Amino acid sequence: MVSTQEYKVIGTRPIRHDGLDKVTGRAVYGADIKLPGMLYGDVLRSPHAHARIKSVDTSGAEAMDGVIAVMTSADMPEAGDKIVDLGEGEINLKYASNHIIASGKVNFKGHPVAAVAATSTNIAREAVRAIKVEYEVLPSAITVDEALADGAPIICEEMVGDDLGEEVKNTNMASHFRHEFGDLEKGFSEATTIVEHRYDLAMVHQGYIEPQNATAVWNEEGRIKVWVSTQGSFSTRTQIAGVLQIDESRINVVPLEIGGGFGGKIPIYLEPLAAILSKKSGGKPVRILMDRTDVFDATGPTPGGWVNVKMGVNDEGIITAAESDIRFDAGGFPGSPVGAAAMCVFSCYDIANTRIDGYDIIVNKPKTAAYRAPGSTHVAFATESVVDEICEKIGMDVVEFRLKNASKEGSRRADGPIFPLIGNVETLEASQASPHWQSELVRDGGNGKLRGRGIANGYWFNIGFKSSVNLSVNTDGTVMLVEGSTDIGGTRVSIAMQAAEVLGIPAEDVRPTVVDTDSVGYTDVTGGSRTCYATGYAAYNAAKSLITKLTTRAASIWDLSEDQIEFSEGKFASKSDPELSMTFKELASQLNDTGGPVNSTGAVDLENAGGSFATHIVDLEIDPETGKTDVVRYTTVQDVGTAIHPSYVEGQMQGGAVQGIGWALNEEYFMSDEGAMENASFLDYRMPTSLDLPEIETILVEVPNPVHPYGVRGVGETPIVPPVAAIANAIYDALGIRLRSAPMNPGRILVALKEKNG
Amino acid sequence: MVDKIHVKTTINGLPQEFLVDPFMSLLETLRDVLNLTGTKEGCNDGNCGACTVVLDGRIVDSCCVLGAEIEGKTVETIEGMAGPDGLHPLQQAFLEEAALQCGICTPGFLVSAKALLEREPEADEHRIRYWLAGNLCRCTGYDKIIKAVQKVQA
Amino acid sequence: MARVFIPFALRKLTDGVTEVRVSGGTLREVIDNLEEMYPGTKERIVENDAIKSGLAAVVGEQPTREGLRTKVGEDIEVHFIPHIAGGRAVARCGSGLGR
Ligand code: FES
Ligand code: FES
Repeated sequence: MVSTQEYKVIGTRPIRHDGLDKVTGRAVYGADIKLPGMLYGDVLRSPHAHARIKSVDTSGAEAMDGVIAVMTSADMPEAGDKIVDLGEGEINLKYASNHIIASGKVNFKGHPVAAVAATSTNIAREAVRAIKVEYEVLPSAITVDEALADGAPIICEEMVGDDLGEEVKNTNMASHFRHEFGDLEKGFSEATTIVEHRYDLAMVHQGYIEPQNATAVWNEEGRIKVWVSTQGSFSTRTQIAGVLQIDESRINVVPLEIGGGFGGKIPIYLEPLAAILSKKSGGKPVRILMDRTDVFDATGPTPGGWVNVKMGVNDEGIITAAESDIRFDAGGFPGSPVGAAAMCVFSCYDIANTRIDGYDIIVNKPKTAAYRAPGSTHVAFATESVVDEICEKIGMDVVEFRLKNASKEGSRRADGPIFPLIGNVETLEASQASPHWQSELVRDGGNGKLRGRGIANGYWFNIGFKSSVNLSVNTDGTVMLVEGSTDIGGTRVSIAMQAAEVLGIPAEDVRPTVVDTDSVGYTDVTGGSRTCYATGYAAYNAAKSLITKLTTRAASIWDLSEDQIEFSEGKFASKSDPELSMTFKELASQLNDTGGPVNSTGAVDLENAGGSFATHIVDLEIDPETGKTDVVRYTTVQDVGTAIHPSYVEGQMQGGAVQGIGWALNEEYFMSDEGAMENASFLDYRMPTSLDLPEIETILVEVPNPVHPYGVRGVGETPIVPPVAAIANAIYDALGIRLRSAPMNPGRILVALKEKNG
Repeated sequence: MVDKIHVKTTINGLPQEFLVDPFMSLLETLRDVLNLTGTKEGCNDGNCGACTVVLDGRIVDSCCVLGAEIEGKTVETIEGMAGPDGLHPLQQAFLEEAALQCGICTPGFLVSAKALLEREPEADEHRIRYWLAGNLCRCTGYDKIIKAVQKVQA
Repeated sequence: MARVFIPFALRKLTDGVTEVRVSGGTLREVIDNLEEMYPGTKERIVENDAIKSGLAAVVGEQPTREGLRTKVGEDIEVHFIPHIAGGRAVARCGSGLGR
């Protein structure tokens, strides 16, 4: 299916269509909307991580001038125990409802308890303070080990956990599953070297710069309109419909520009509150904005927890067996990405005998959400550190070892399925040949700092799913493209480019617009690295169908039959008469006299996008006095299938790598014993700045995905997978110390250095 | 409720006159009173730079300045960066170099980078990274932002 | 016949058998025939005439997008994989393979 022809549009770097609005400040993001008569909402959040709500007295707020509506969980409909698929992850509606506003109990600090709408933000803030809540504070469980300990406080009391298919009550363990292939005991008995360690990771946040927001109107007809920045307008609609128990068709979600998501803007938080406040205030629009503390306290971080990996190799350096135990904290309600972690933990290798145990564990922390390749960074930290240690033990080159054991087409992934065509080997070979890997590491920078180099692999499976695109031709030969995929980082242009390639016109002549849920067919979230792949495929299909319709038009103009006309290189031409030829533009100019408008539509529901592999190489230096680590050189190598717009592919690789660097070195939720995040600001939750980083080099390996017409694979998520492990391996190279706990911050490094040097 | 304060100021070269609550930040004033929503809020406590504007020639985080403080001063925001002759070279370079993904940080970066180039047109890479360290971007990894600034220098 | 891989949580129902040949032209038929061979397996995989939420059915190399209607070819592999856990409030939770 993959075309070998030279592309005209694909692989070029046109300016994104939405760029102008974004560099001039005209683009309208979620918080920028202002509607006539709009009220301002605010949310009262629990100061406790775990408590029973004994009473809520809203009378003080209701009595205030300027307060128009006040709500609590009593205003929410009773949600059923039903699971809804969101594209990337699933939610249980009962939990989703309790998560949005606490009913009876709070499960994490920051859990909403009440909300108000008032005529100004200031009055709303004052009104929230006037609400009196009586709590019975309960003991809390903050880590996975605390939550599974005997006598741990039970957080979701009515929940029935699933332990390898058996029901368990009175537990914080929502789920324990296992994958097992081959004969593990036999595999380990064949090994001559076995390494096993546990790797701990702190909870970290996606850190998008734009806080969550929602503006809603619930009108007299029972229709809801919501303006929001979201990764998926349709999944937002599904969630609102489920939580508020009304038909999806009565809800219109208008996606505004979105200031970053990384998985964290798939779940809803504020939308139902704004809608109910609107209803209670007689249909006035209500806008609620989070502040940064709310974002840290109450929106989707990615789990902390631990991963144990045991791996055995024989004398030839072949991995004979591997075993993993993965325990993730889900936050205050079930649903961590432990299933995805299990899919990824051994995916870079072809291993005959494997066992993986995964645990989803509830703790008194914010409910986790997807974060870029959710779960895969955690398990790569463990697996890739163990691999590095094995290589040292058996004296084998780290890239040779990975190549020798690399998964490839036909290998069985450790959760079962066989790999289709993948680019793992090609990626490893490209990193081996890279200027960075080939360069000599200068061990002494002359500044007293210790230098090291590390390398690690990563994998993400990339999803497919549903997308819709509509096209219509203008008589000037340009094409309007309407899509449902919200654009977080340049997908408008990369989708328009795929349509333009089919139509044989420049990317600039396809004008993409992201519209509301009333105006386009169902489209899954922008997430799972699916947008360029699946929505791009829908655009491809729509463009093909446009060509079919235009061929009919050309046939009628020339009085030929359709099969006498061919379309190639942007031209319609008669197969027999060389005189008869028209460009796309020329034909478009004749639409008005030949039957009017020509429109088309494309819709897909695709299988997974074909996994993507990455290898990262890092050089760093560590100041032994302060324990501070500086990254001095960084290279990302990734199989990207086909790069539609290489600049935005590189951008995904660079951005993901930097998030991973932050995760490795700095970022962390500091939790108090009572379960409060103690660093809920950008000052204390320190994300990398431009000064913390060198240039991020990118090497794009293109192994076209056989199930996409242009060979597109998802690229957005894999880049965050290798960095934590690559940095741990580089720290070992520099210090001779294996750090098995992330973040590997100055404090941990100093302690480790002290232990080592006595 | 305290009385509003009357403010006369110049924003993007135009005279402006408005009433503002005494506790309102310049960021809120720009966004909610003057409808200049190109200036963004990422943290509201001076740690992300999304709200960067130029106040009397100095870059400031507008969330850390009061609206009432701009009385008699001049303010430049992202909305004033492009003129009738088109985009500022930095805006054009950001587009060409794909220096934005989600774009929420972009106005702040552009305002900061413009101030840098006016002051230190020859700034080297380290200096650019130092100057822009007050602006957080979570999407790009900064690489393409730095390259866009360097492109304008070239 | 399809090669059906039995998820760990269901192996009690198959006396520890991990892989079994099952006939059937569609996933629905395969699951029905599996139920004939190992009673109790179907209710752990299917609910409301669909693959249970929380579970991905893989036919060949990829999770199916056509559910029970998916065509199952000769010698093709079938897996049932616990997906990203969603959690259930009352009845059950987690991996999707629970009762
Ligand atoms: S909003 Fe002002 S610095 Fe972040
Ligand atoms: S482009 Fe998204 S934060 Fe910078």
